Amino acid sequence: MNLSYLLDPAHWNLTAPGSLPQLLLSHLGYVALALLIGTVIALPVGLYIGHTGRGSFIAINAGNAGRSLPTLGLLMLMVTLLGLGLTPVLIALTVLVIPPILTSAYAGMRTLDQQVIDAARGMGMRPWQVLTRVEFPMALPVLMSGFRNAALQVVATATVAAAVGLNGLGRLLIDGLAVNDYSRVLAGAIVVAVLAIALDLFFALVQRWIVSPGLSGRVRARARARRATT
Amino acid sequence: MSRIRSAGAALTGITLALALAACGADSDPLKDDSGSSSSSAVTVGSANFAESELLAEIYAQALESKKVEVKRSFNIGARELYLKALQDGSIDLLPEYNGALLSALATGGAPEGVSSPTDVYAALQKVLPKDTVTLEQSAAEDKDTLSVTQATATKHNLTSIEDLKAVAGQLVIGAGPEWAERYQGLKGLKAVYGVEFKQFKPLDAGGPLTVNALVDGDIDVGNVFSTDSAIATNKLVVLKDPKNLYLAENILPLIRTEANNPTVSGALNAVSAKLTTENLTTYLARVQVDKQDTATVAKAFLTDSGLI
Repeated sequence: MNLSYLLDPAHWNLTAPGSLPQLLLSHLGYVALALLIGTVIALPVGLYIGHTGRGSFIAINAGNAGRSLPTLGLLMLMVTLLGLGLTPVLIALTVLVIPPILTSAYAGMRTLDQQVIDAARGMGMRPWQVLTRVEFPMALPVLMSGFRNAALQVVATATVAAAVGLNGLGRLLIDGLAVNDYSRVLAGAIVVAVLAIALDLFFALVQRWIVSPGLSGRVRARARARRATT
Repeated sequence: MSRIRSAGAALTGITLALALAACGADSDPLKDDSGSSSSSAVTVGSANFAESELLAEIYAQALESKKVEVKRSFNIGARELYLKALQDGSIDLLPEYNGALLSALATGGAPEGVSSPTDVYAALQKVLPKDTVTLEQSAAEDKDTLSVTQATATKHNLTSIEDLKAVAGQLVIGAGPEWAERYQGLKGLKAVYGVEFKQFKPLDAGGPLTVNALVDGDIDVGNVFSTDSAIATNKLVVLKDPKNLYLAENILPLIRTEANNPTVSGALNAVSAKLTTENLTTYLARVQVDKQDTATVAKAFLTDSGLI
């Protein structure tokens, strides 16, 4: 293993174009945009289908179809249709992001305890309140796992942006292969892998923070621990 | 296809092993029929792209017409792989490009300043692998070009790379990612012609991405290979390279010394004499655009050129 490219301080210079931090930033930019657009499209649809139970075949089939589309092929098709630029890359990555979020939103809503929803209705909550204050918070753990799944996939796949002249960490892979610089390819692979792990850990923390303690089992565990000490 | 082929090879291997087992102890198990006849047969190899395969098929049929026994082992892969196959004797003959071969063999790439066909040929002779020779090179070249659309050429009055100097600051160039770093790319353009572009977009090496980007106007100048039929189809203007920045890429046969004899070299030199960039482009388009069979197109080339 040749880590010389990764360890060379010159490649970590913040201001130099094409340096590791700059590629990392642009890579994160594609990932964030794709996740944002994907969530904005998939979350409402998934929640609606889960809440009403109507159109669940859309969620299932869109999920399966979306997963089986090869991103690189879709990207090349989009570039042929739309020309070069950020749009074709974002379309290809968004198509990758939608299925896990859509299916997890739907699945999270469908697997809720029906008695809890009945109880919420019995307390006089309106449908909108049932959705936002009971169903959505309770579906969050499953939803977040779908979101983390989407984030992991898109971090790894955003490397295809470099195949159509954009930046991102894929530049290291594609340029490295083009000039037989395997140290650079290795650097790209390592940084993408580390980024994927770091991002997943980050979203795990976010999940811990936004999921109600009553759902995560932490409160019960804490209560048990307190009882055990007294 | 390779899976079918390797399955076929495995099957042949098993059959051969069974046959040999049946032969008994007095026969040498390492000696088979193909081994004894390979001293006279010439194995023609090719790289894994359409043009190399077409050229290899032309060589093969030209040899067959002179009653030379030929075996075909096409679609081997990249240069690293097929040069190894040539050196270990699994293949005897290959179509090559003088400039690309020189860059691959000379340590540190092709020496700067060596770029005309005769200079490249001479430099190549010093670095050829052991027990191999090159035969006469053809006029046909598949080389890097800078190409622009007819509209861009008219607008900026471009016919040669020199004309780019004044306007390059407003133009975007697209090429393979290796162009950012190698001398026969942006560095050479700056050093030899003083041309510096506004932006470099790393795309593919003379492939469909570059051609489409050029036609769509996403880039203004693109690296397209000189035998690409897309140049004629899209009426692209190939800018002249008066200072020979880009290496000559003349097509020539690279052959193992032991497989070379007057009949073989006579047949192959006759092919090289007839090959030109223009006719290679035409025949290659019949394979790539019209999807004709390589063997049919190779035969058509040899018949049309009066070689068979």
